[in-house]
Amino acid sequence: MHRFANPTRFLRIAAVVQPWAMGLTVILFGAGLYMSFFTSPPDYQQGESVRIMYVHVPAAWMGMFCYAAMAIASAVSLIWKHPLSDVAGRATAPVGAAFTFLSLVTGSLWGKPMWGTWWVWDARLTSMLILLFLYMGYMALQGAFDDRARAAKASAILALVGAVNLPIIKFSVTWWNSLHQGSSVITMEGPKMASSMLWPLLIMAFAFKAYYVWVLLVRMRQEITANKVRILRLKQVNGA
Amino acid sequence: MQEFFSMGGYGTYVWSSYGLTAFVMLVLLVSSIRSLKSTEATFERLKQAVTPKENQKTEAPNGDEA
Repeated sequence: MHRFANPTRFLRIAAVVQPWAMGLTVILFGAGLYMSFFTSPPDYQQGESVRIMYVHVPAAWMGMFCYAAMAIASAVSLIWKHPLSDVAGRATAPVGAAFTFLSLVTGSLWGKPMWGTWWVWDARLTSMLILLFLYMGYMALQGAFDDRARAAKASAILALVGAVNLPIIKFSVTWWNSLHQGSSVITMEGPKMASSMLWPLLIMAFAFKAYYVWVLLVRMRQEITANKVRILRLKQVNGA
Repeated sequence: MQEFFSMGGYGTYVWSSYGLTAFVMLVLLVSSIRSLKSTEATFERLKQAVTPKENQKTEAPNGDEA
């Protein structure tokens, strides 16, 4: 693992992976959007509004996936003080926050015609809103300290404590009565969805994931370069 | 065609969902790339500014390696 904690080695790997992530994002979105609009059928109850699912569900999954990634990076950063793990956490937070925001808004846009309301304070929706606040808290803490090491430590602790929210989100539809439907893809009995809808959903989910990898690499490279800039600035000040 | 855009009467909801998702993801991608480019430019500029000074200091026996 130490091999990947080396920024120079990371930059070399990133240079190889990034074009692939970029190509996959374009291809998967092309295929996923085509299937979402043309090959997948309207739902027998929800009609054409069901197509919102193909952006809503991947966005929600990625909101949680990014948080898990951020929490793992935070744990590694706290325990082993790997320089890259804090960089990965910082780079992930805005992307995860964007996905969580999108899942909330597209959920609202789906809820209005189907449930008759933009919002309800039930367990699934509220725990997802808390996830958005956790991302915002993490980003605020990262920016609140002049000392990078203290910022990394404080935000990592917040990310780890907030990780308790992830199982709450996942099981919220089972533990509490919710307006939100139950799990229909990741269940013990396997997916409960027709394959004409499952495939576009999975391809869109992979498109979102490829997009995340692409943006993550760009943002991590930016953070690493910014660190180098800070070191040069210090040199400049000390040399003058 | 008209039928496709109306989405069985749910057009407003469906298209605003896809539109907003595309907008947010594009803005995040473009701003990340632009921020990388500008940081890289700053880095190159600073490297040019700092390097000549270091060359002058090479006479010092304990030239600090950062």
